[in-house]
Amino acid sequence: MEGAELAGKILSTWLTLVICLILLPSAFGVSLGISEMYMKILVKTLEWATIRIEKGVSKESVLKNSASVGIIQRDESPMEKGLSGLRGRDFELSDVFYFSKKGLEAIVEDEVTQRFSSEELVSWNLLTRTNVNFHYISLRLTMVWVLGVIVRYCVLLPLSLKNWLSELVHLTCCRICVRALSGTIHYHNKQYRPQKGGICVANHTSPIDVLILTTDGCYAMVGQVHGGLMGIIQRAMVKACPHVWFERSEMKDRHLVTKRLKEHIADKKKLPILIFPEGTCINNTSVMMFKKGSFEIGGTIHPVAIKYNPQFGDAFWNSSKYNMVSYLLRMMTSWAIVCDVWYMPPMTREEGEDAVQFANRVKSAIAVQGGLTELPWDGGLKRAKVKDTFKEEQQKNYSKMIVGNGSL
Amino acid sequence: MGSLGSHAARIPDADSIRRETGFSQASLLRLYHRFRALDRNKKGYLSRMDLQQIGALAVNPLGERIIDSFFPDGNLRLDFPGFVRVLAHFRPIDDEDPGIRDPKEPEPLNSRMNKLRFAFQLYDLDRDGKISRHEMLQVLRLMVGVQVTEEQLESIADRTVQEADEDGDGAVSFLEFTKSLEKMDIEQKMSIRILK
Repeated sequence: MEGAELAGKILSTWLTLVICLILLPSAFGVSLGISEMYMKILVKTLEWATIRIEKGVSKESVLKNSASVGIIQRDESPMEKGLSGLRGRDFELSDVFYFSKKGLEAIVEDEVTQRFSSEELVSWNLLTRTNVNFHYISLRLTMVWVLGVIVRYCVLLPLSLKNWLSELVHLTCCRICVRALSGTIHYHNKQYRPQKGGICVANHTSPIDVLILTTDGCYAMVGQVHGGLMGIIQRAMVKACPHVWFERSEMKDRHLVTKRLKEHIADKKKLPILIFPEGTCINNTSVMMFKKGSFEIGGTIHPVAIKYNPQFGDAFWNSSKYNMVSYLLRMMTSWAIVCDVWYMPPMTREEGEDAVQFANRVKSAIAVQGGLTELPWDGGLKRAKVKDTFKEEQQKNYSKMIVGNGSL
Repeated sequence: MGSLGSHAARIPDADSIRRETGFSQASLLRLYHRFRALDRNKKGYLSRMDLQQIGALAVNPLGERIIDSFFPDGNLRLDFPGFVRVLAHFRPIDDEDPGIRDPKEPEPLNSRMNKLRFAFQLYDLDRDGKISRHEMLQVLRLMVGVQVTEEQLESIADRTVQEADEDGDGAVSFLEFTKSLEKMDIEQKMSIRILK
C-alpha cells in the first residue's frame, strides 16, 4: 500500500514538473535554457569519453578514422588525359585500360553506395554502449513523447475549427515533440521564412525534417498517404492545417498532381507547400538530383537547407532497411538531435530556363548553404537502376576523341 | 550505424587470400567491408545484379565486360576470395624488386603480365586466346555507343588489327597484344592504390 502511494506521489510530482518545464514554455515559445545546458554537458561528456576510449581500443578507432575519407587514391583526370596513349589520339588497344580502371575503382568505392550507408563517424559517439544513465534518459524521453502525442490527439481534434488557435496548438505540439527528441535547432535567416502562397523546398534526410520545419511555421504538406502509424499521424495533421495528400496511384498522374498543387498555391490564404524534391532520404552528406516536378508548378520557391550535426545522433532513415517504428525508437534513444536550418531568399524560374535547369540551380544553392556535396545521381538510384543517358554521354565523349580528330 | 568493428579473424581463409593476392591486412579488411556493403541482401556472395547496381559501373561503357570478368565460366555467385582475386590484378606493383622472385612461386596477380592478361580477356570474349576483328569491333561498339557509323568503326578495327598483327592471321594473339603495348606504362594505367 505504501509503495503504491509513494509511486503515486512520485508520478504526480513528475507530471507537474513535466508540465511546468516543458508544456508551458513550449506554448509560449520560451526556452528555459535547460536544453542549452544539456547540450553543453553532452558535448563535454562525449569528448571526455572519446578520449578515454581512444586510449583503450586504439585499433578500431584508427580504422574508423580513416574510413571516413575515400579509401582509394583517385585519379580524377578527365577522359582525354586518362586516355592519352603512345600516339596521337586514335583508338588504342590500351583505351580499355582507362575504362576498366574506372570500372574497378567504382567497384571498390563509389559515391552513391557510400551515400546510402550512414556516414561513418570520425569520433565515437557512445550510442551503442550500455550505460545505466542512457537507459534512464531514454525512458524519460519516451514518456514525454507519448505525452506529446496524447496532447496532440486530445487537443488538436476539437480545435480544428479555429485557425489561429490550431496553429498555436500545432506549433506547441511540434515543440513538445522536438523537446522529446532533445532537439536543438538553430534557425538562420528567419527573414526568408516561406510566405503563404509559395512553395518551400528542402533537402530530405529523415521524417524529422518535417517536424523541424513545422516547428517554426505552418506548412501544407504534399505527399502520399502512408499506411500504419504514419497514416494516423497524417490524418491528425490534416485536422490542424489543410494538407494535400495523394493516393499512390494518383501520384503517378503527374498532371493531376501539378493541377492540384497549382490550385493550392493560387489561393493566397493557403499555407506554403512543403516539398522534398529528392524523393527519398539521403544520408545527410549530400544532395541528390531534384526531381523537376516540383519546379514545374510555377510560383515562388523558398529553398531551405537542413543539415544535421552527425556527432549527436544519426537522423538518416534508410527506408529500405528500417521501418518507421524501429526508426523512431532509434531516434528516441539517441542522445540528441542537433541541426541547422537555413532559410534562403526566394527564387523564381527565369526566362528561358526549363524546369530541370531551375531545379539544378535550387539544388546547388541548397547544397552550398548547407555545406553538402552535390551529386548528379538520381535519388531513385537507391532502388532502381541508373538511366542510360549517363552512359551515352561517356560514349559520346569517347567517340568525339577517336573520330572527331578526322584521323580516318 | 554504430561499430562496424570486425577483425581479420572474421574473414574466412584470410591468410591464404593474403598470400595469393598480396594485399595487406588493412586493405583486405577494407575490401571485406566493401564486399559486405555490396551484398545488400546479406547472401554471403555477390550476384551480377549486385554489381550492376553500382551507378558508376552501370554507366561505364565496358561495365558489362568488367562484370563478366568476375563471373568466369558461367558462375553465378561471386564469393569474397573470387572478388579479391580480380581486384588483385589492379594492385600497384610492389616497390620491392620482383626480379629476385623465386621462379617456382606462381607469378603475383598484379604483375605486368597478369594486368595485360586481364585487359586481353576484356576483348577476347570466346577465350580462344586471340582477338579477332569481330571481337575488336564489338568492344569498339561498346565504347562508342551509337555515335559512330559502322564503316568508320570497321576501318578503325581493321587498322588496329593490322598494326598489331605480326603473323598475318588476321587476329591479335596475346603475345602480339603485349608486344604492341610494351612501351606503355601499364603500372600507372592499371593500378588502384588503396589508402592506408
